[in-house]
Amino acid sequence: MKKVAAPLIAIVAFSIFWEALVWVNDWPDYKMASPSDLWPAFWKFRYFFLDYGWDTLWRTVVGLMLAVLVGVALGMVMGFSKTMRDALYPLLVGFNAIPKATVVPIIALIFVGQHDLNTVLIAFMISFFPIAVSVSIGLSTLEPEYRDILRALGASKTMIFWKIALPKTLPEFFGALKVAVTLAFIGTNLMEIVSPHGRGLGALFDSGKTNADYPLMFAVLIALALLGIVLYYVVLALEKIFAGWAERETS
Amino acid sequence: MSRASIEIRDVSHVYKTQSGPLPVLDNLSINVPKNAFTAVVGPSGCGKSTLTRLIAGLLTPDIGSVWLFGEKVEQPRATVGMAFQNPVLLEWRNILQNVILPLEIVGSSLTANQRKERARHLLALVGLEDFEDKRPSELSGGMRQRASLCRALIHKPEVLILDEPFGALDAFTREDLWQVMHALRKEEPFTGLLITHDLRESVFLSDQVIVLSGRPASTQYILDIPNKGERSLDDLYSPDTIQMLNVLRHQIKVAQDRD
Repeated sequence: MKKVAAPLIAIVAFSIFWEALVWVNDWPDYKMASPSDLWPAFWKFRYFFLDYGWDTLWRTVVGLMLAVLVGVALGMVMGFSKTMRDALYPLLVGFNAIPKATVVPIIALIFVGQHDLNTVLIAFMISFFPIAVSVSIGLSTLEPEYRDILRALGASKTMIFWKIALPKTLPEFFGALKVAVTLAFIGTNLMEIVSPHGRGLGALFDSGKTNADYPLMFAVLIALALLGIVLYYVVLALEKIFAGWAERETS
Repeated sequence: MSRASIEIRDVSHVYKTQSGPLPVLDNLSINVPKNAFTAVVGPSGCGKSTLTRLIAGLLTPDIGSVWLFGEKVEQPRATVGMAFQNPVLLEWRNILQNVILPLEIVGSSLTANQRKERARHLLALVGLEDFEDKRPSELSGGMRQRASLCRALIHKPEVLILDEPFGALDAFTREDLWQVMHALRKEEPFTGLLITHDLRESVFLSDQVIVLSGRPASTQYILDIPNKGERSLDDLYSPDTIQMLNVLRHQIKVAQDRD
């Protein structure tokens, strides 16, 4: 009960503060829309919100899944081989340092008009790094005794990976996934906002901008926040299922 | 005396480190008869742990050879059980599943139920019958080490290698576990090799104590314990035992001087 009530109260309190801020300063909605301006915007564009919200959601999830696949593969290569780690690490850090906003037009030009593909690609590129790093660190810091317990029984490398290395790395993996999910979301929207004639919540935001519909722009931000919260808690639930053992009971 | 089940024949081993070669074992020979329990003591850093890795087949000696039951050890084998100072239980498994782990590796013919049965039997022997559903993090250090011993024995290994398994425990827990070791041996005989730096432990648990010289290690002294099999903690305070402890202490001092 308290677990649900506390965050709800916080959200309501924040909305009241926001509303009051706009009201006290007497800001017009093109300076800052207030929460009460948002409902009409949501209602007016409700079909767009559902339709485009779905686009944003699945693109983010597909981009994230791609990031998990590639991130885990890279992490495994770097975790098991020191040479590969030394070789790939600077490359990865450099790639990660490039602001993805600058990559957006490049990708958009490579695959002109392929909005889905472009968006998924940016979501993927922005989010695989923390996964790769955490998996490689998890694997390379595996205590040799854990390995010896199985090796002494004649276990193969694959068996050691499945029985020990993989489960032991899961807490680190989920820690990174929580960061990656937010990043992937940012990536999706970066692309959606600049894609001409695109779809997704980013495109809806952009149309709000071109039509000077400021409440719509704010409504999109709130919708993005909601989707972000949902995705984050999905990852949290998965973590509980697959790596719940790593949680220590606080007494 | 029956044929040796662990035989270390003229083994020398050198580690290649960044500051040059580091010889750890020098022409070392050890024989452990079947179902006997041998303790190996020596100054710290003298190569005791290298010895366990050689017997387990995790390491091949540069010179010489290791034999288990007349077969040369060239790779790890399923007939060996191991326990370390760190119990290395898997946090994502409960105690019962932790104990069963080796059976999943060695390809046991037991059914899932038989495996659990066997694990429960061992857990009961070490006094953990009510803890099979607990996670390792919910257990004390001594209990974790008990579970680790069960895991080392679940697949009925012919040889049990113990690398300072009680080193990190408090004195009372340690004495408890010494008695547990005797109970386990009585129930299911195995050939054991115990690495330890606790002289009382070596005398209480083993049939033969081998003192290694300082690094590179070779056999410096072998002490035969007249009282084989199960014994009581009171024996530790008998004049005979004190006499043996004094001999061992002296030998360790000699070994340290040479270093």
